[in-house]
Amino acid sequence: MKLATRHFILSSLLASLPLSAVTVEELAARLEKLEGKVNAYEKKYGPLDAGTPAPKASPTFSEPSSDDEIDALYEKSSSFAPTATTDFGPSVAQRDYGSSWAENTHIGGYGELHLNRDLGGGDSNEIDFHRWVLFVNHSFSDRIKLYSEFELEHSLAGDGQPGEVELEQAYIDFTLDHGLSARAGLFLLPVGLLNEIHEPDTFFGVERNRVENTIIPTTWWEAGAGASQTLNSGLGWDLAVHSGLDVATTGSNAFRIRSGRQKVAQAAAESGAITGRVRYNGVPGLSLSAFGQYQHDITQTTSDEDNSAILVGGTAVYQNGGFGLKALIASWHINGDSFEANDADHQWGGYLEPSYTWTFANDQKVGVFGRYSHYEFARGLDNTRGGEFDQFDVGVNYWPIDNVVLKIDYNHIIDEDENVESLLNLGVGYSF
Amino acid sequence: MAVISKILLLWFTLSCPLLGGERVYQKPSDFLKSVFGSKLPPTQALALNGGHQAQIKNLLGHPYRPSKVRYWSNGRKTAWILEEIGKTEPITTGFVVSGHKIEQVKVLIYREGYGYEVAGKGFCKQFKGASLAANGRLTHQIRNIAGATLSVRALDRLGRVALYLNTIK
Repeated sequence: MKLATRHFILSSLLASLPLSAVTVEELAARLEKLEGKVNAYEKKYGPLDAGTPAPKASPTFSEPSSDDEIDALYEKSSSFAPTATTDFGPSVAQRDYGSSWAENTHIGGYGELHLNRDLGGGDSNEIDFHRWVLFVNHSFSDRIKLYSEFELEHSLAGDGQPGEVELEQAYIDFTLDHGLSARAGLFLLPVGLLNEIHEPDTFFGVERNRVENTIIPTTWWEAGAGASQTLNSGLGWDLAVHSGLDVATTGSNAFRIRSGRQKVAQAAAESGAITGRVRYNGVPGLSLSAFGQYQHDITQTTSDEDNSAILVGGTAVYQNGGFGLKALIASWHINGDSFEANDADHQWGGYLEPSYTWTFANDQKVGVFGRYSHYEFARGLDNTRGGEFDQFDVGVNYWPIDNVVLKIDYNHIIDEDENVESLLNLGVGYSF
Repeated sequence: MAVISKILLLWFTLSCPLLGGERVYQKPSDFLKSVFGSKLPPTQALALNGGHQAQIKNLLGHPYRPSKVRYWSNGRKTAWILEEIGKTEPITTGFVVSGHKIEQVKVLIYREGYGYEVAGKGFCKQFKGASLAANGRLTHQIRNIAGATLSVRALDRLGRVALYLNTIK
């Protein structure tokens, strides 16, 4: 430690101590202890009195120099790759497949707690840890990976309990050439804006919007096989052949799309479905998609009539600076006398969501949004909570860091009979 | 439906053999040649002390693993090849820095299942001319891509690190 530093420390120490209260021996002992701490700090972070040190680059590094050696530095496993025993340490990408299960397995997740208050005096007041999700992914090789998602909804599952334990993803992904990938297993369908990416820190509003609840039954997963491709131009497509919905034509959930999800739980497989999507992300800040699904029989042959169903829709997302705009539309057309007789043959909805987000101080963010939604589903049935709705939402998201969000919003929902539902919602969410 | 399934299966079998390797958009050596020409400047190495690691941690939001970083420089331009995890997999990205500003960004190797869009030229062009602001963020706001948020964040932060490394080399 330099002399100036010692003087500074000693002066500070003397100034901060009532001298009458300590002996010289005590003072020396304290100084020695402090000196030890400073030395340890300097050893770890560099000299205290050198300002921000600007280390010189080490002398020219003689190797690697050939093309192969340079390329090998950034491969996951290579005979050229430095190991943990060298000065460089392993690169972020370098893993030794086959020798370390833990190195090739990743855990992630998200969760969200919601408080809903019914401002109209109704009985919809509720606090609920809505979702607790764990991702477990494993790389078998550079090209073959497992993705899985395990979810506990509403905190408590079991007989008579409000929640469910669900397997929402479990598929093998194969990375192919030419920007292609294929998958097989249980996966989320490529439709809408929220179905595949729905971590709470990625969207506005405490609860997910109702269009992507009643029309697109998010979270919607099926089992099957699919493929995707993303080109350098920003164009991409997804195609999947998979299990289908099983929408009831009788009972309290009749004709509701959402209730037709079988969740791949000993599901009826009389009629499968095919889903496709095209995407464009070629212009910074703009993302467009169009999607469609066809199912030959959405009732899984429980009805004698033709119940083929088609879903079509599109999304647009635009961001410029802090301004953001999201739009979605989705529409079901379902054949069959029973659906037509119950005014459930055409179920559709859409929303428009402008927002503005400010970033301040070390990546904290605050965003405000408004959303107008219109949705019509299972109309004409008193016992299914269906009908025609207009909904207006406003709210605020606050992100102290990217992966944690605090939310508040207000929902004003008007049904076809002019009945109004007013909700105030608070939420906290995270992902990792 | 059965016919469609069979056609898809046949198509995958015939056209998409698993030939090895991640999605390599450009080999690191080819990237360096595109920056410096066929005769590459010598590989140099920058040792990171605790202070540097602490600063990089602030920029990245988590500790940085390598203790030394390689770079290539001809005096006017410096190329850095850096890696950051998007969701679960590292994205290998090349940065060219000149005069404390980013001149070029190129995604070299992408390994995630989602988010390939960050390798698009349109997205990478957003970084051109960006420098490091006093608050540790890029002076250019990098626009998000729906469905690729984590990869966008990763590249935004790697851009900060490249600019920081350039100030201490």
